[in-house]
Amino acid sequence: MASQVSKQKLPVVPAELERIPLVRNGRSIGWISDQICNINEGKLPIWWWASFIPSVVLLGLLGVMLGYQITTGVGVWGNQHPVMWGWDIINFVWWIGIGHAGTLISAILFLLRQKWRTGVNRAAEAMTIFAVMCAGIYPALHVGRVWYDWWLFPIPNSNGPIWPQFRSPLMWDVFAVSTYFTVSVLFWYMGLIPDLAVLRDRAKTKIKQFCYGLFSLGWTGSNRHWSNYEKAYLILAGLSTPLVLSVHSIVSLDFSVSQLPGWHTTIFPPYFVAGAIFSGFGMVLTLLIPLRSMFKLEDLITMRHIDIMCKVTMATGSIVAYAYGMEFFIAWYGGNPSEQFHFLNRAFGPYWWGWACMMGFNTVVPQLFWFKKVRQNLLIVFIISILVNIGMWFERFVIIVLSLHRDFLPSNWGYFKPTWVDICTFLGTFGLFFTLFLLFLRFLPMIAISEVKGVTPQADPHHPLGGAKHEEAEPDNAGDLTGDLTK
Amino acid sequence: MNGTTKPYGVLAEFTTPADIMHAAEKIRDAGFSRWDVFTPFPVHGMDRAMGMKNSKVGWFSFIGGVTGYTTGMLMIWFLNAVNYPIVIGGKPMFSPFSAFPPSYELTILFGAFGALGGMLFLNRLPRLHHPLHKNRRFLQVTHDKYFLVIECDDPKYSEKETVKLLQAAGSKHIEMVEE
Repeated sequence: MASQVSKQKLPVVPAELERIPLVRNGRSIGWISDQICNINEGKLPIWWWASFIPSVVLLGLLGVMLGYQITTGVGVWGNQHPVMWGWDIINFVWWIGIGHAGTLISAILFLLRQKWRTGVNRAAEAMTIFAVMCAGIYPALHVGRVWYDWWLFPIPNSNGPIWPQFRSPLMWDVFAVSTYFTVSVLFWYMGLIPDLAVLRDRAKTKIKQFCYGLFSLGWTGSNRHWSNYEKAYLILAGLSTPLVLSVHSIVSLDFSVSQLPGWHTTIFPPYFVAGAIFSGFGMVLTLLIPLRSMFKLEDLITMRHIDIMCKVTMATGSIVAYAYGMEFFIAWYGGNPSEQFHFLNRAFGPYWWGWACMMGFNTVVPQLFWFKKVRQNLLIVFIISILVNIGMWFERFVIIVLSLHRDFLPSNWGYFKPTWVDICTFLGTFGLFFTLFLLFLRFLPMIAISEVKGVTPQADPHHPLGGAKHEEAEPDNAGDLTGDLTK
Repeated sequence: MNGTTKPYGVLAEFTTPADIMHAAEKIRDAGFSRWDVFTPFPVHGMDRAMGMKNSKVGWFSFIGGVTGYTTGMLMIWFLNAVNYPIVIGGKPMFSPFSAFPPSYELTILFGAFGALGGMLFLNRLPRLHHPLHKNRRFLQVTHDKYFLVIECDDPKYSEKETVKLLQAAGSKHIEMVEE
């Protein structure tokens, strides 16, 4: 009886929830390199060729379209007065927005100590780089005379003293996008160095040994090197974080610095950044869901990874939905008739279908991720991720075309239609993206091998699996109350 | 091989991160200076176990960032206010506000090059040849094995004593590596 009374006085300790491991089935450290390098070393699966060949065909289509545009003029695109920014700028913003998820995963989640990022960061960073390449094509060709593209940069020239003028957000964009591309490549390459050394040490042929050996720069895994490496990685993450936030902010300034209703708004920078991350996560999910099953990577890119990415998509989608609502509210609350007309025109004007796609796919569809059943169903997640990408494409369509097609003067109104060249060029950029991405999958490790190894319990010298003796072992939950209370 | 090959050092293999960390603590306490630990991933706590100081990469990045910002501001001021002044919408020829975004991007760009370049410089990379790369067993360092190497150039080095010390530290496999 007395013992029962004393038991009742003890506070109830909730049952400890088991942490879902980042690498499933307790895989060993060696298994991680075997499984990931198998993609580079094993036989090419048929689906790889089945995707690679159409991608190269589309890449060829891009080449033809760009050649046609360069030799003929910008008139082959649908850009016409008053819609002088058409599919080119829509696709520029869309592709560059997709890139943002890669940098968010690699930089911001690194600073936030989100260890799950190690499973997806390499592929997401590759996606960033290739998406920025697709984006960069558009402004470079939109200028009309491609051979004058170097005028965008302050390069000394013999035209008298003549320089770009830096008071324009378009000029800021040149610096933002080119810096973004360069720093993303540096960050990606630096992460690759230890993993290229893995491939070098496993290489069976002389050519592979030479190539991987050259690009791994003689990496030995020395701890004196790791120390500098980790510091540099932290600094690059710290630099990429303000960078990624600034890039889409500056892209949004291209619009918001103007006077046009629908563009002239202060909410644009945070709204664009949230939308970019939203669409980027959509693309990461679109790419990784098929890849993890085709390459048998379910133990490395687990359902937990998918679950977290769905939640991020939902969170950023909600921010975007809030921004849509706030734009309407400010249009009413600001009392500017042009602004009010513009927002009514969005919903009820001739492009109502674009607005409806944007609202449906970006605000309603991602809310399904509130349900765990949806987040665990890969087919539904895959479909939603594609809808998110379509929705975000329509967002840029709404912002660009709808704002331009009916401005202040009704005599200045028009209706924009894309030409077949617009459509084929856009399809062609998918060819560029997927050609590069499939080559990346084949020749480079698609998961950061050394980083994934580092987050397993076997890699922790204070964990029993890492070889720690019982008395010195202090697992993650060391210091919690359960031990003391049960004494 | 001919008799002229010089020994580079002693290579000791370990199988868990905890083992190699304890071994590193012993070697540190024994006062060696030219030695290193090789692991497939950065082992946390190893810097302290080896008695290493904080990395200096931050300085390279900082200098890069300051250079970038200064370059951006001075360049824009010179180009738009001195060398080619042109009135655009009545805006001032130079304003730190409109010059800020490109300068900010250049800060990040140069800072990133500083971080990567500083890392490579401090690590003396790229290095296309290293005595350890010739060792077959050392290939496992990028897979799942942990190695501790004490160089023959270390003032405290003596073949017998060093091997004994590494055995006492718990290494299952010890061998000599040639230069």
